[in-house]
Amino acid sequence: MTDSTEAANPSRRRFLASAALGSVAVGAIPIPAAAEAATAGKSKLPPPSTRAAAMERPAPADYDAEQQDSYFVKRPGSDVMVDIIRSIGIPYIAINSGSSFRGLHESINNYGGNANPQILTCLHEEQAVGLAHGYTKASGKIMAVMCHGTVGLQHAAMAVYNAYADRVPMVIIAAAHGDLKDRLSTVQWAHSAQDPVTVIRDYTKWDDTPLSLQGFAESFVRAIKIAQTPPMGPVVLIVDSHLQEEDASGIVVATPRLAPATAPLGDANAVRELAKWLVAAENPLLIADRLANTPAGMAVLIELAELLEAPVVDLGGRMNFPSDHYLNHTARRRPLVADADLIVGIEMEDMWGVIHTGVDTVHASFDRVASDGVRVATIGVNDLFLKSNYQSFGRYYPAELAISGDGEATLLLLVDEVKRAMTPTRKRRNDGRRAAMLAEFKKMRAKAIADAAIAWDAAPVSTARLCMELWGQIKDRPWALTVDAMFQSFWPQRLWDINQHHQFIGRSGAYGVGYGAPSSVGAALAHRDAGRLAVNIQSDGDFLYVPGVFWTAAHHKIPLLSVMHNNGGYHQEAMHLQRMASRRNRGLADSASVGNAFHQPAPDYAAIAKGLGVWSAGPVTDPAAVGPAITRALQVIDSGEPALIDVICQPR
Amino acid sequence: MKAAIMHHAVAALLLAATAPPVAAQTQDAKAGETLFSRYGCMQCHNNTGQGGQAGPKLAPEVIPYESFAAIVRAPAPRMPAYPREALSDADLGRIHAYLQAMPAPADPATIPLLRERQAAASRR
Repeated sequence: MTDSTEAANPSRRRFLASAALGSVAVGAIPIPAAAEAATAGKSKLPPPSTRAAAMERPAPADYDAEQQDSYFVKRPGSDVMVDIIRSIGIPYIAINSGSSFRGLHESINNYGGNANPQILTCLHEEQAVGLAHGYTKASGKIMAVMCHGTVGLQHAAMAVYNAYADRVPMVIIAAAHGDLKDRLSTVQWAHSAQDPVTVIRDYTKWDDTPLSLQGFAESFVRAIKIAQTPPMGPVVLIVDSHLQEEDASGIVVATPRLAPATAPLGDANAVRELAKWLVAAENPLLIADRLANTPAGMAVLIELAELLEAPVVDLGGRMNFPSDHYLNHTARRRPLVADADLIVGIEMEDMWGVIHTGVDTVHASFDRVASDGVRVATIGVNDLFLKSNYQSFGRYYPAELAISGDGEATLLLLVDEVKRAMTPTRKRRNDGRRAAMLAEFKKMRAKAIADAAIAWDAAPVSTARLCMELWGQIKDRPWALTVDAMFQSFWPQRLWDINQHHQFIGRSGAYGVGYGAPSSVGAALAHRDAGRLAVNIQSDGDFLYVPGVFWTAAHHKIPLLSVMHNNGGYHQEAMHLQRMASRRNRGLADSASVGNAFHQPAPDYAAIAKGLGVWSAGPVTDPAAVGPAITRALQVIDSGEPALIDVICQPR
Repeated sequence: MKAAIMHHAVAALLLAATAPPVAAQTQDAKAGETLFSRYGCMQCHNNTGQGGQAGPKLAPEVIPYESFAAIVRAPAPRMPAYPREALSDADLGRIHAYLQAMPAPADPATIPLLRERQAAASRR
């Protein structure tokens, strides 16, 4: 009787025969038992090693004690690393899988039970770092990121620069095949470098390459301490694959206790002097940027502003000041800077850029906005940590009083000193100032409301309508915005009541596109854990850099509500092109869209989101349909899943 | 007083006599909408000229053509200049007509989402 399978497919017999011969020839490939018997006694290969012999056993259960000892790694080095990471209390580790950290990856899964830290599966390293960035700002807790030391860090680079410029801590565990004996393939050679951190060192705070598990323990704890001490920033540890995979049985590792450093405090005499200036000033102005890393930072700025009845301009690097507070005069920034006799900048990214404004003409120049006689004081940690290559430190500004110290901590001192320095005259003047400030604030709000009414029913949907439809449905819930809304004309800041520290987390840091979506997913994870609704106004250009992160949101059931600001192009860049064409007196019609518009064909964001496992709707073109779409999306959010609504919008 | 009234009446009649007919105005406004987009005005001022973070409001309260043209030809530093060779007076007039054709905005008090904001502001 003929085997029907062989008869039907004679080539299969030839293939099996040649495969058996091939097995004999290469020797090391495990050989089926029958074939092994057939070739017994014919092989001239040396006897197999103990490990190879163990591998040829059919099942681990049959191994004797000696074979088990020689084959299995009982306590891999990466298990020890998991214990060290756990000692810090890091809840999540965002990864894009890579062979160089297979040891630590496996340990987190099987030794650590994928908890504390829990792995967040990301589809690109830039998304993993962006996610950690948003999570840390929303939760106040540090997150770890794990990636290849070579190609992984190269992918991660832009997002690391954002975190560095934004002074956000995170620990990046990047793995390497340090020695040639661990590079078993061409790929592993390509994924090896003498100094993998070199591609991002210019924008990290610290890095190390520990060569032992004890070294890893001390470097990991030190890394966390350095990352979280103001000025904060990302740190990197290179973890060798051999260190992860070697047997650490019998190796005793003493993990040191994390001893956080206190924040640097401004000089007491300088703070006292500044308090006197503030009390004496006619028109003091407080400007805050990356100040409030915690709710305490916001609270102390409110206290200081109310003590002085001084207007506050919140530049939005953090949630510094309530949008609905009568002293929030951010929309009046330019006239306030011009009229101030004392400006105090707190944790400023660019003090020079507040005092001046760029004039983008053929002969680029700067106008001074502030008066010549203005006194300027700064409080912050920028001068305490600088690197040279990437110049996110901005232009030098010679403040009369530059107080080096953490903004939050130093403002506590300043408030005390202002209370001491307060005079009856100043208190009397404050009464009049309060009424004036409140009146100006109401005018600003009234103008914003009136402006929002213009184009209310227009299609494409105005960004004011988009933001207000959103506000209408989230305002009675515990909510948090995950983006800065710069490209939506800051409508949330102008019209929403943003008055809790968790409701806003600032901007990207280095203005690298591709931050919004990943950081929103990270922030939404923090808000999910805290029982809050996370809301993302998603720019389309940003979406297209990093769409895969929406898969991560779906996979990990992170209920982020994303409303697309779909305006079909890079409008800011289009204006730069218009300026160039204008200066060269040519091509002012039509050409600015070349290279900047991406609406032909129009990306179907709802389809992309759906394909990534995210509930979606749209494109919505009718402004009256935006609200009902948000209602449906919130039902999805309430079930614990992410949702995205694509809305065709006006440019800004 | 009487003379002044007469003067204004005559001026109004002359203006009416020189103003383009409504159909032409509508046509200009329609062409102006396309030009508003082609010349990138909407990039900063948004599609209906309501303005935004990047550019000021142009409509529905539109400044007179002469002032409008003067700004477009020699604008403030952040805006690119549009010389006559690039944007003719006729086309600029059409853009102006488009902005003038914008309807008056709704009273915020008639929009529930904005009325709620008005109420919140008045409580402060």
